[in-house]
Formats: sequence, C-alpha cells, structure tokens
Amino acid sequence: MTNQKDVVVRHPYPVRVAHWVTVLGFFFVTVSGLGFFFPSLHGLLGFLGTPQLAQFLHPVFGLVMVAGLIVLLFRNAPHCLPEKDDSKWFKHIPDILKGNEHHVVEVGHYNPGQKMLFWKIMGLTAIMLVSGLIAWRPYFAHLFPVPLLRLALLVHSMCGILMMFMIFVHIYMGFWYKGTLRGMTQGTVSRSWAKKHHPRWLRALATKGNKNT
Amino acid sequence: MQVDKHHYVSSATNALTPAPQKYVYQQEVAKLIDTTICIGCKACQVACSEWNDYRPDVGHNVGVYDNPADLGPNAWTVMRYNEVEENGKLQWLIRKDGCMHCEKPGCQIACPVPGAIVQHANGIVDIVQDLCTGCGYCIAGCPFDVPKQNPIDKRVYKCNLCVDRVFAGQAPSCAKTCPTSAIMFGSKADMITRAEKRIAELKSRGFANAGLYDPEGVGGTHVMYVLHHADRPELYSDLPKNPTISPMVRFWKGAFKPLAAVGFIAMFAAAALHYIGVGPVAEDDEEEKKHD
Repeated sequence: MTNQKDVVVRHPYPVRVAHWVTVLGFFFVTVSGLGFFFPSLHGLLGFLGTPQLAQFLHPVFGLVMVAGLIVLLFRNAPHCLPEKDDSKWFKHIPDILKGNEHHVVEVGHYNPGQKMLFWKIMGLTAIMLVSGLIAWRPYFAHLFPVPLLRLALLVHSMCGILMMFMIFVHIYMGFWYKGTLRGMTQGTVSRSWAKKHHPRWLRALATKGNKNT
Repeated sequence: MQVDKHHYVSSATNALTPAPQKYVYQQEVAKLIDTTICIGCKACQVACSEWNDYRPDVGHNVGVYDNPADLGPNAWTVMRYNEVEENGKLQWLIRKDGCMHCEKPGCQIACPVPGAIVQHANGIVDIVQDLCTGCGYCIAGCPFDVPKQNPIDKRVYKCNLCVDRVFAGQAPSCAKTCPTSAIMFGSKADMITRAEKRIAELKSRGFANAGLYDPEGVGGTHVMYVLHHADRPELYSDLPKNPTISPMVRFWKGAFKPLAAVGFIAMFAAAALHYIGVGPVAEDDEEEKKHD
C-alpha cells in the first residue's frame, strides 16, 4: 500500500461522484444513441430492455449526464481557464504524442488539451441538451415546427458522434498515462506522478498545503 | 398493420441485409382523388375510422369546416377546405388529405427501426406499430407532415391505404364509400389514364391549368390528385408544390452514417497503433530516479 505521504489528492470526493454519475449517463446514452443512429446496430437498444424502453430512457440518462456535468462545470471550470503559455503546449503536440510531455512543458492543474476537452464537452452537452429537448417525444417535439425538428435531430446526432470521439480520446489518455486512473477512482495520485505530469500544480499545492478530503 | 411477408422495401435495412423479397411482382397501385368532383361530405373520413377502428375524441369548432382540424393518430384522413376568390368568382377547393404513399418515402428513410416502416411491392407504405419505438423520426422525414404520434402508446399512425383490404382484392374503404366516385382506386397506370381523360375534359371546359399531382421530388406518389389548378397546388390548403425529402434528413440518414463509421474505425486504429508504437507513459520519471 502506498504511504499517505507519497500521494496527493487529485479529485475530491464530490468531483469523483459527479464524474462517475456523468460516466453512467454517458454510457447508457451512448449505447442507445448508437442504436438509434446506426440502424444496423439496432440490437444495442436491447441493452436498455426493449427498443421502446430505450426510447424512453435515452433522454433520461442524457439528463443524468447533464446533472453530473453541471457539478463538474462549477467544480472544475476554475482549473480549466486558459493561461499564457498554453500555446507552447500546443506547439509541442508531436513531442507529447511521443510520450515526452514532461521533457518539453511544465503543466499546471490540467494540461491545455484537457482544458480544451472540458470546454468542448460542456459546449457540446449544452447543444445536445437543447436539441434533445426539442426532439423529445412524446413530450416536447410536437410543440416545434418540423423544419426545426429536422435541424435538431441532425445537430443532435452530429454532436453525439463528436462527443463519443472526444470521450474516447479522454479514456485513451487515462489508459496511456499510467497512474492517472486512480486520481478518479481513489481520488489520489502518487507524488511522483504529479511531479512528472503536473509539476506546477504540485508546487502550487505545496504552497497552499494539500488537504486530504 | 402488419401483412406478413408482402413487403420488399423496409426501413433501416441496406443492400447487405435486404428485407424479404417475396411478392415482388405485384402491380403498382394508386388512389386517384379528383378534387373537381369532391363535394366535401366527409364520408371517406367516416369510412376510414370505421374500417380501421379508431375514434377521435370530440374536438372543438375552429370556425371552418375542417373537422378534426388536422390529421392525428386517430384521424388518418381529413378533408381540408379552402375558399379562393379570383376574378369575382368564389371557388371552394376541397382536398382529402392523408398519406401520399410516396415512391421514395421520407418517413421510411428517416426510420431507425428495421422493418418498422415497410413499403410493399404495390407501393403502399405502412407503419408496423408493433415495432415502432415512438422516436418520431418519420414525422421529421415526411415532406407532407402526415404521420402523427399517439401520446398514449407513443406509436406513430397514418393511412395505410387499407393494406389489408387491398391484399384481399378490395379497394380502400374511402374509395369504396365515396358517393361521387371522386376517390378511385386501381393500378397506377390505369389511374393515370383516367386522370388524363378527366384533365382533358376539364381543359375543354376552361380550366387551362388542370393537371395531375404526382410529384417527382418524392419519386411520384401512390395517392394522386386531379387539380383544377395544378400550377398552384398550394391553393389546396398548402399542398406543397415541389415536395422533396429535406437535405438535412438526407445527410443525416445518408452520407453522415458512413462518415461517422469511418471516423470510429480510424480513431480505434489510431489509438491501437499509437499504443503499440509508443508504449505507455510511465507513472514515475525513470531518468530522475537514476540520478537520485
């Protein structure tokens, strides 16, 4: 077992809960969404019971995801604001993809790629929330004109596919950077992980003092 | 309404997984509605509700003859009345509205459920409510705003051209009932011949723009109208002049699907190639450890 002294808190308990609530919503909404988007994957709708039940549950899980993301928006937005030397990180993307991020840039709480992902997910979710409410049957869709409905359905599917691509990148990064995942499961990461990948964050913690919550 | 094994085009299927190909050699049928001899009696509405066994709730008078005011899950056909005053003459243009049974049905193109919207070899387009999930994509796909969702069972309903009667060699109940024979039913070729005869007669009587409504944009329809003013179909309570399937629906259900699939495959491949090429990023800085 890792010594308490060798770890630092990466994500406090409320953030972890909000993240996994978002994951739960995202998982079911994606499985059923793919079933609606690709007719050949119609069988995926059976994952939520019957296709009719999937039709009912898809927007419900969408709202579960939105609920989780609202908490994450308020908790993590301060960590995801753009900074001066973010452009340096983007210039080094080829090195970063070779696994040399720690040699070329000093990252803070989150790296600029993570920050951008955060805002893209928030933006796409907002669009999907609005378009999803417009297309929600039988409750709201009949209140809107058919041309708007067509636009909403197209935009909803496009944003959904984009979101899946982004979440896939997010999952892959967590898998590629070893020692990252525990920051979202147990909430703590090793001090050496933080020193290597987020050195400016670790230094800021040292000056503020890290509270184990 | 499901008529087993008669369909040959089905929603949400593709060339790799086609629908059953039985009864492919049926003759194309059509319903011909002659608006010039329709008297607006609504017998067709009554016949439709009786044969198909639905009863709409008693509605409200909205100040015109249209009753109910719109198509609904329990109103598959509705008479629409429009008064047009031109050159000091009043014309009462009455149109029996309902599913047009398009050759290229927007509802079917939009439907995500395999087999939930079928098109029979004779041209009839039908929703199979047992399979319908109530997503309403067909409502967005239809260029005529015909399919309507029942809020209770959430399934979508529309005219099925009395598919059960047609497969038993009978005419649709509306055609059977019409007291002036303004609704005719038969093979599409026969109906076009009949329409041409009637149009020639109308032209000889001064309706220079009389013509047949069988719009090209949806590949033609299996419900056609004879109109006195075929140049201005919008006079008939907003019958669209050039109905087509919306480009948004065509992209969503067409090119976007393979594009998205290729995107997924490319992304999975990129991730796998990256990981087996570059390897994991270690938790600790190995070089720094050596120096310690």
